[in-house]
Amino acid sequence: MSAVAAAIVHNPAAEWFGRHPRVREAARWLAWALVAVLAYVVLILIYGKSPLHAFHEIWANTLSTKYGLEDVLVRMTPLLFCAMAVAIPARVGQVNVGGEGQIFIGGLTAVWVALTFLSWPSWLLLPAMGLAGMAGGGAWAGIAGWLKARGWMSEVFSTVLMNYVAILAVSALVFGPWRDPTSSNYPQTREISPSARLPHFGATRIDVTLVIAVAVVVGFAWFLRSTRWGLEIRAIGGNPYAAERNGVHVSRYVIGCMVVGGALAGLAGMGQLSALQFRLNPGLSPGFGYVGFLLSWLAGHNPRLIVPMAFLLAVLASSGDILQISQGLPSAIVNVLSAILMLVVLLARARTKVSTA
Amino acid sequence: MSTEAVAERPSSTAERTPTASASLIARGIVKRFGPVVAVDHADFEIGPGVHALLGENGAGKSTLVKAIYGYEQLDEGEIVLDGRHVEVKSPAVARRLGIGLVFQTFTLIPALTVTENVALFLPDLPRVLHHDEIASRIRETAQRYGLAVDTERRVGTLSLPEQQRVEILRVLLSGAKILIFDEPTSTLPAQEVDALFDVFRRLRDDGYPIVLITHKLAEVFALADTVTVMRRGAVVDTVPISSVTEDALVEMMFGEKPPAVQRAAIAEHAATEEPLLELRNATCVGQGRPLVGLGLTLAPGEIVGVAGVSGNGQRELADAVTGLSRIKSGSRILFGEDASTWSVRRIRDAGVGFVPESALGQELIWNMTLEENVALGSPRQFSRLHGFALDWRGVRTDWESEFAKLDLHLPDPKRRAGTLSGGNAQRFALARELAREPRLLVALYPTHGLDVPSTVAVQQLLLQAGARGCAVLLVSQDLAELTALSDRLVVMRDGRIVSELDPRTTNAYEIGRHMTGGDA
Repeated sequence: MSAVAAAIVHNPAAEWFGRHPRVREAARWLAWALVAVLAYVVLILIYGKSPLHAFHEIWANTLSTKYGLEDVLVRMTPLLFCAMAVAIPARVGQVNVGGEGQIFIGGLTAVWVALTFLSWPSWLLLPAMGLAGMAGGGAWAGIAGWLKARGWMSEVFSTVLMNYVAILAVSALVFGPWRDPTSSNYPQTREISPSARLPHFGATRIDVTLVIAVAVVVGFAWFLRSTRWGLEIRAIGGNPYAAERNGVHVSRYVIGCMVVGGALAGLAGMGQLSALQFRLNPGLSPGFGYVGFLLSWLAGHNPRLIVPMAFLLAVLASSGDILQISQGLPSAIVNVLSAILMLVVLLARARTKVSTA
Repeated sequence: MSTEAVAERPSSTAERTPTASASLIARGIVKRFGPVVAVDHADFEIGPGVHALLGENGAGKSTLVKAIYGYEQLDEGEIVLDGRHVEVKSPAVARRLGIGLVFQTFTLIPALTVTENVALFLPDLPRVLHHDEIASRIRETAQRYGLAVDTERRVGTLSLPEQQRVEILRVLLSGAKILIFDEPTSTLPAQEVDALFDVFRRLRDDGYPIVLITHKLAEVFALADTVTVMRRGAVVDTVPISSVTEDALVEMMFGEKPPAVQRAAIAEHAATEEPLLELRNATCVGQGRPLVGLGLTLAPGEIVGVAGVSGNGQRELADAVTGLSRIKSGSRILFGEDASTWSVRRIRDAGVGFVPESALGQELIWNMTLEENVALGSPRQFSRLHGFALDWRGVRTDWESEFAKLDLHLPDPKRRAGTLSGGNAQRFALARELAREPRLLVALYPTHGLDVPSTVAVQQLLLQAGARGCAVLLVSQDLAELTALSDRLVVMRDGRIVSELDPRTTNAYEIGRHMTGGDA
């Protein structure tokens, strides 16, 4: 143990914290959060801007105005779905990196329904699109889950690779057979009819998918804690070998959790299409699948942490544009902050000392 | 320190007298883990000869030597090496001081060769490796102490006994003057133990002080010069082996004499009833050794022991019965029905229980509470609202009545399984399985690594199950256990059942002959 480490271990403050583990835990996280903020301050200073102004702009344009808050909540919805698309398979030890592709497939199947059954009324068409989006995303992830359960291919590689397949498949369709002849230069489908568009709450831009997303998070937390299947999922997460001995059908859960995760990402794709964009094009998702992945790991796949984390990352994403417009900072600067946050959370969580042996 | 290691270079082979005649005194060692005092003011002295450190699981033996080795930081106490106070802050320091520890679970790197693994440990490792020179040093030491091993093989391809030899070689070549072995025989098949003891004797004759951590009395009497007994973290006493009896040691270890198990009269009706389990010419190809043409029947109340050198298909036999591996040809008949294609869940639900070698590794989920583990054992039984809720009150009642029936101490149901000691986890897992009132119980090395009281408790539970009419398939390494508990005894070799013996008339020698194929 180095002298520095010794000083950290043997000091009165540490002993006091030792008797109050919860306070210590909170203090530790606070200290790390401070590190993240400081790193950001330094970054802004390097650009020769005032950090105080930057923070004020973020506050003024996201949380303190109705429009800003709406923007944050709208961005938060796909993040919640995509985080759950990672968190649910993670509970049975599966790493789903394929949220991005599953969004695109969900958008693809949903737009197919919207453009095929033009005459259907809203009350029928919208649920059908939702189900189609879930079926598409679920099947897409299910392929990876099935390959894994058979022992043929790691889901990490298959999901990553299938992202490219999904996005390119969408491109192929919108450049080819599904291209809207009236928007000559843009590779995109025709606009979906008004009956295929999700209504917003009152005069806001928020739609019902946000409610569904929050319900999914809360529902999953309850499911894990209280149901028989939740118990079996937690058993697989704790020790898959022992779970199998106990008669749990591990491979069914592997496929099932991948399908459910993919279905949620697919629903995010349907939401983007039906509530915001109205057309399918290769810009359906600006990386929600990847941010959702980051988010789920930040939250330790814990549903209770996913909501606040999603809110925080949505604020960050929203502030990127604001900083670019008002401060002349590159909008990518928020990606740097996201990355710093990720590092800080991983560092704060790292408690296992590397053995000195 | 490294100069001594350099002096051990092969140049001085001819008259190399062992450098070792070190002595180590540990005084007033205290090690706490939170509120738990793992080692409580222990005194321990090491000079030439073999010192046994004896105690049941969790008595603090491993923690004490890990503290001496610098793997754990001392809370109190001092260490004197060759008359000098030393502070062993880390294993690296311990190695530089000449203290070597061979861990219970090995620390070799499977992807590297034997030579490379040893080289990693050498204190005088040059920047450019002289591979052949290191290899010849290994071979020379290996020959001297009877530690034969192929220096060019990858460690991952070696058997456990071979890996252990590499561990010992590595410690010797790193210049250790004091050798500590943490339960060295726990991973060894019976016939390898004698070879290891030979190595220990040669090392002792060369003047190395040796510490042997064990909970097996036979090993103490076979090898030790002095024995130190620990109980609940404290040293009870240190005595020369010549002045102590087995009973006295047992009393020091446990404070009282544990009861021995007795097989009650064997159920005579067993043979006439329809068998609960029948394997007919069953062939299984799973992850381990393939099983070929197995035939086996178990009648109600019958305990059938399975003997064999570890790795000859016993584990796979258990997997074949519990449904973890598939029957490729032939059939598995359970309770009169053809169960060849049944899943693990279906087999469990039909009334088959399983007791593993390590409850925490194979059966319990360490980060779930005990009551959750109970519910997991029979999730359908405790389901309410079609599975959307679980009947925790039912779990609790079931559990309390079963533990009372088995006369076991009742642990807190909200405790996490991972906080149980090995012996208690094993008892809990067995009680959980018995609570399901199985008609067939598959026990795979159920007393492996347990101390004497836990072993006796587990054996008695198995006997009780048999007395209730449950058939028990008992796979064990311990021949005494097999002959004491079984009604019939089968021997496995190369994935086949090669013979069936009568446990009342056979003896260890005969069983060993069948196990090793020495009967030709």
